[in-house]
Amino acid sequence: MFLTFPIMVIRVNTVENVVEWRWNNMIIIGAGSFFLSFVWRYLLKKKETGNQKAKPVETDRVPLSQRLFEDHKIYIPAAIAIAVFAVIFPFVFSMYQTNIMITALIYVTIALGLNIVVGLAGLLDLGYVAFYAVGAYSYALLNYHYGLGFWTVLPIGAGLAALFGIILGFPVLRLRGDYLAIVTLGFGEIIRLVLENWNEFSFGPSGIANIPRPGFFGIDFSLRGATIYIYFLMIGLTLFTVFVVNRLQDSRIGRAWVALREDEVACQAMGIDKTKTKLTAFALGATWAGMGGVVFAAKTTFINPASFTIWESINILCIVVLGGMGSIIGVIIGAFVLILLPEYLRAFSEYRILLFGAVLVLMMVFRPGGIISNVRRTYKFEGLKNKTEMS
Amino acid sequence: MLKLTNIQTFYGNIQALKDVDIEISEGEIITLIGANGAGKTTTLMSVSGIVPPRTGEIYFMGQPIHQMRPDEIVSLGISQVPEGRRIFPFLTVTENLDMGAFLRTDKEGIREDMEYIFGLFPILADRRNQAGGTLSGGEQQMLAISRAIMARPRLLLLDEPSLGLAPIIVRQIFDIISKINSEHNTTIFLVEQNANLALKVARRGYVMENGRIILTDSAKNLLSNEEVKKAYLGLST
Repeated sequence: MFLTFPIMVIRVNTVENVVEWRWNNMIIIGAGSFFLSFVWRYLLKKKETGNQKAKPVETDRVPLSQRLFEDHKIYIPAAIAIAVFAVIFPFVFSMYQTNIMITALIYVTIALGLNIVVGLAGLLDLGYVAFYAVGAYSYALLNYHYGLGFWTVLPIGAGLAALFGIILGFPVLRLRGDYLAIVTLGFGEIIRLVLENWNEFSFGPSGIANIPRPGFFGIDFSLRGATIYIYFLMIGLTLFTVFVVNRLQDSRIGRAWVALREDEVACQAMGIDKTKTKLTAFALGATWAGMGGVVFAAKTTFINPASFTIWESINILCIVVLGGMGSIIGVIIGAFVLILLPEYLRAFSEYRILLFGAVLVLMMVFRPGGIISNVRRTYKFEGLKNKTEMS
Repeated sequence: MLKLTNIQTFYGNIQALKDVDIEISEGEIITLIGANGAGKTTTLMSVSGIVPPRTGEIYFMGQPIHQMRPDEIVSLGISQVPEGRRIFPFLTVTENLDMGAFLRTDKEGIREDMEYIFGLFPILADRRNQAGGTLSGGEQQMLAISRAIMARPRLLLLDEPSLGLAPIIVRQIFDIISKINSEHNTTIFLVEQNANLALKVARRGYVMENGRIILTDSAKNLLSNEEVKKAYLGLST
């Protein structure tokens, strides 16, 4: 209450050279923080009692989120409803809404990519936006110089991003935790600074304009048609990403990532190639950022280095952490929440960041695992059952 | 089977191993005993390639392995139980075992080995879907040994399996070690602080001090050696 005193209560009117005292505000803040502290205490208490209650039955208690996805009665209708909603969305809502949704879907894709690096392999990457920039610029530049189309560049952009992922991966192989975060942060900034200052190559801060939208067998779309087309393209790309990431999680390499996150020495003793495993994590994570970047460039038709600042990296990282590290559905929800909320909260634009910060703090206190914490599908051993039945 | 000659291993500028020579023939249990910081763990790390030696040669089944990567060494049939167990705490018991079989592709064989392990350690079968970190110390050690066996090694490197365990569990684990050795003809290289127990299980022993091998003999002779008794067995004569 007193911390906010200088901003909220005192207002210096510079025109008339008087100081206004707004005591009303003080009362409101006082009441507000009083109320909030009650809510805070209540939730904390509830959390504690909840933990106590949960303990005795923990062994066979299935988390709600897992039940939700395993119970087909809920799962199938929900999936159909979401699918129908997704299909009719661009035809029902305005172009503005569709554009927001495209942005959200791009973020879903790249956040799922970062989820491979941070969530599965446990490598904290703060320069992830660099790969996004690589994808976006590879489309913009290849199109500008060689006239290559969207579909040609999509795999090239992904490949280039993967290459950069490996380039970043090599020097940081030995690093972990904080040190890794600092180096990746530096890497992200290097890419941005190069793009900003190397005028002959990237046209500097003025960026590249008039990037064509993706084509569809040479048909020219109206602006609205093109937007809808990108929307469906993004839906397809998102589904593809979810499919691949899902498969990766259950694969040998996915398990190697998880194991590497937990114990490097033990991994080496098990015969896991540390170098290769880490590099594939970086490369695969970067691939999705590259693809997201290509679509981003095609959607906005204009890119400049200002779109690829450190804040962007942090935003994507927030999506992954808030949504639930390692959990696909959590990351998807996280992306929608973090991208759509600020858009729809434009009405309260002044308090947007405040609200955002409050949500982050509350989340970390009450749901440290993220919105949907990762429920790993565990691999169960079936062989012994028959044996015990027989004996 | 395994032959180390003139191994020198460094951590940065600090020399941990000085001219280490060890030879192991197929099917035997040998033990390396010594005080804290003598270089026992480093010897194992040099063999498994996690801390590669700077000079010297290591031959496994006639093949030089001192310049190989750890994963290549594992694929030749050397598997290590690291010091302090180092199981994967958030993976279940079954998944931990599965990680041990990471380089194998024969699903049927993996299943058989898993059943064999659950027969060897029934407690692990009971806890097979529990996260590794929730096991007790003894169970974790059993899991760490089992995980290493899952790779079907020809040479098993065991680093201090008795660390931090109750004597009764230690005995149980040492019985299993002898059993693995006799049933599968797995060669075992055992590093231990508990010299008394280790020398009873092993056929031959090496004594290490300050990064050098100072003594080697049959386990029986070492047990009755006055020097060893005084320094490592805690018996005054």
